Amino acid sequence: MSITQSSASLFSTTEEKEGTFNARYSLWIKEALDELPHSFTITDPFISGHPIVFASPGFLKMTGYSREEVIGRNGRAFQGPKTNRRSIMEIREAIREERPVQVSILNYRKSGSPFWMLFHMIPVFGNDDGRVIHFVAVQVPISGQKMRNGSGCSEMVFGSCRREVCLGSFVHQERALPVECDEQELENWEHCEASESEKLKSAEAVGSVLSVLTRYSEFAGRLVCGKRNCLRGADCLSSSLVISLGRIKQSFVLTNPCLPDMPIVYASDAFLTLTGYKRHEVLGQNCRFLSGVDTDSSVLYEMKECILKGQPCTVQILNYSNRKDKSTFWNLLHISPVRNASGKTAYFVGVQMEASCKDIESKELRPETRQLSVVGAVRVAVRSSFMATC
Amino acid sequence: MEGNGLLGSHSFSVIFPGVRLSAITAIIYGPSRGVSSHVNIVRRKGCCLIESNPSPHGGRGALPSEGGSPSDLLFLAGGGVPTVVSNHQKDEASDGSVGGCGRNCLRACCVNRARLPLYVCKKVEDSGEKAREPPVAFLESLVLGEWEDRYQRGLFRYDLTACVTKVIPGKYGFIAQLNEGRHLKRPTEFRVDKVLQSFDGSKFNFTKVSQEELLFQFEAGEDSEARFFPCMPLVAENSPSVVAINVSPIEYGHVLLIPRVLDCLPQRMDHKSMLLALHMASESKNPYFRVGYNSLGAFATINHLHFQAYYLAMPFPLEKASSKEMMITTDNGVKISELLSYPMRGLLFEGGNSMQDLSDTVSDACVCLQNNNVPFNVLISDCGRRIFLMPQCYAEKQALGEVSPEVFESQVNPAVWEISGHMVLKRKEDYEGATEEKACRLLSDASLSEERFKEVNALIFEAIVNQEEELEGTKVHQQKTSSSVNQRSNRSHGGPGTECLVLQ
Repeated sequence: MSITQSSASLFSTTEEKEGTFNARYSLWIKEALDELPHSFTITDPFISGHPIVFASPGFLKMTGYSREEVIGRNGRAFQGPKTNRRSIMEIREAIREERPVQVSILNYRKSGSPFWMLFHMIPVFGNDDGRVIHFVAVQVPISGQKMRNGSGCSEMVFGSCRREVCLGSFVHQERALPVECDEQELENWEHCEASESEKLKSAEAVGSVLSVLTRYSEFAGRLVCGKRNCLRGADCLSSSLVISLGRIKQSFVLTNPCLPDMPIVYASDAFLTLTGYKRHEVLGQNCRFLSGVDTDSSVLYEMKECILKGQPCTVQILNYSNRKDKSTFWNLLHISPVRNASGKTAYFVGVQMEASCKDIESKELRPETRQLSVVGAVRVAVRSSFMATC
Repeated sequence: MEGNGLLGSHSFSVIFPGVRLSAITAIIYGPSRGVSSHVNIVRRKGCCLIESNPSPHGGRGALPSEGGSPSDLLFLAGGGVPTVVSNHQKDEASDGSVGGCGRNCLRACCVNRARLPLYVCKKVEDSGEKAREPPVAFLESLVLGEWEDRYQRGLFRYDLTACVTKVIPGKYGFIAQLNEGRHLKRPTEFRVDKVLQSFDGSKFNFTKVSQEELLFQFEAGEDSEARFFPCMPLVAENSPSVVAINVSPIEYGHVLLIPRVLDCLPQRMDHKSMLLALHMASESKNPYFRVGYNSLGAFATINHLHFQAYYLAMPFPLEKASSKEMMITTDNGVKISELLSYPMRGLLFEGGNSMQDLSDTVSDACVCLQNNNVPFNVLISDCGRRIFLMPQCYAEKQALGEVSPEVFESQVNPAVWEISGHMVLKRKEDYEGATEEKACRLLSDASLSEERFKEVNALIFEAIVNQEEELEGTKVHQQKTSSSVNQRSNRSHGGPGTECLVLQ
């Protein structure tokens, strides 16, 4: 059950992942959150894979995992074969639309045993820039007193399957399930409605977590809040776009031609590894920092021409890295304009390929195809992320 | 796709002497033609700078003659607006010419020259996502990479990313796109009242497409690992299946999956093809890559077996519809539900002890509909885990003049994507005036009535049960008789909403 991240990932240890979380808030945030009795997780959409960066002791106890096993994994890890697909979709869409969601869903513990819980998730926004900083998800186990399957319980009695006949008798008696209920039955329930008190519990828990985050972010001077207080700035990408882009493992950047000097607004982890820079060093900068003394200026000029004309181009250009050896490398760079749903060019994507490292293995996808696939994946992500949702 | 990367460690100006970089819109590491000629071709096609929305490419010659009398009600004169899915679709039919048609197609004249990547998917299903964060998966890279390559080469009739798109306000979230280039103004090529029609080699089919429109071969494999071969010839004896671009794309990555292309199968669902389609959805590992199918009579445009697929990183309204499980228990674990609160009636298939089980059950249902001449559409969603089966009767209503007038005027045919909630509109006024009500009207016009839907469901369930019994070799005469009696009486008395079948 180890996390499969590419070697280009900068966050390969638990401490590093938690580090980004700590950086946002003031000291002792984790200790404060640890004191809360609830089961909850906090995820960071700006890290590739949208992983969990904090898990409460309540969550670890409920699921049976250790902290190291949980930090860095996506919430999907706790779903299983019988988890309702539509509930999974509801959560995915709430994340994409940056809104709260409350849905009952079947999850699995480390032991493999299933359990129903009420999953209540909210986005947490930066107060000054209006973008989603984290998602907070609270989990409240559901006791299963009420079981719902479609329009009525009596229908469950018919059917030759012995399992369902058993369940039917529970339902008819309208009794709470005995504690030693066969866990296998749980998987066959289509739905498990949470009680009012369970829903209240989840709302309380969410409120508690949010107030701790708010307090500690205020101390750190970068307030977060549960509501978006200002429109997201033009240079901020939506978290859903960032999550989509985070799935792409190759080196690439997005630049915004509508902002002065066409700065980088997104850089993949692989780009940072290739060039040796840190993310905060490249965001907001024009790509020219990669060029140097021996970079062919006529190539640069031609690139600029293509960009002005809104045409894709591929060039081979000498770049200067910030890696330890400060080496230069030949960058097979492909640039293309990318439109959003209104049909206008929203970004340019630049996909880098180190020319000396081309795979000549016959079993692999051609490097050129891989490079173009990045462009395609970016196009899909950008086009969809800009559609207004109601 | 042969050819090596030409830019080794040489400086750019050495490889392209005398060619200005600004003249090169893309560098193609493509087939055997020289690089310079590619530059010229690319420059002439000049892709990606579109002023109008979108500017269609020029036509390619006269239409082939069609069979049947134009006055026949069964042909949709003016109402149906089919699309061109291949660049040679409108060309003069030039069948019978064996001596090289010069178009690099897939018929006997040119097929020996065909070389395509081959992707063989793994046999053993993924046992769940577990903790693994999937990298951009292999099939996804192949589809996206090859598609982007054709996109930059200008093989599509228009730039779809220039087509403005929005979500229609309302509770369903229908998606509307203004696309003036997608449709042609001409009637469909074959009759729309019969779901099963024989293959007609004289009409356009996918052996006539140019090889450059093909992206790769795709097969269901036998190993526990997927395999990839960058360059394989197409061998007729192997009955290869291919993935091709749709030159009139709705969205990015719009492709056609053509099972056993050289076998020239008509548009008719079969178990093997359905499984292949499921594999493609599953191997993409991306829930936003859906695969769809239109039967004849449900707005398939070409009578040559094919599925469609594309990427859209949003949910379809159909996928969000709630459903209620139906009281049919299957032995292979497949769960069948009927849709609730969606403007069109339909069934949802999910679960199953294996992908094969799910595939077989849905195929049984489709075959039953085909045999009963009920047109239908299929949407394969959620990486092949959820399959929607939507029987429809729009064409029949259209022929009888029973379709709501403004729906008819906008000339939107309810094929699988429209039924899923993605409406492609060809006129600006339709796009500006698109409302949820109109979209719902289109779907409810296409929908079977409640009574007819129940009848059709009964047929489907009977077919599924019979198939299972055949497979298992159990003889349950007595029970079968009694359940058939129940069905018949239910049908005549308009019995309870759901059938109750008892299986051993």
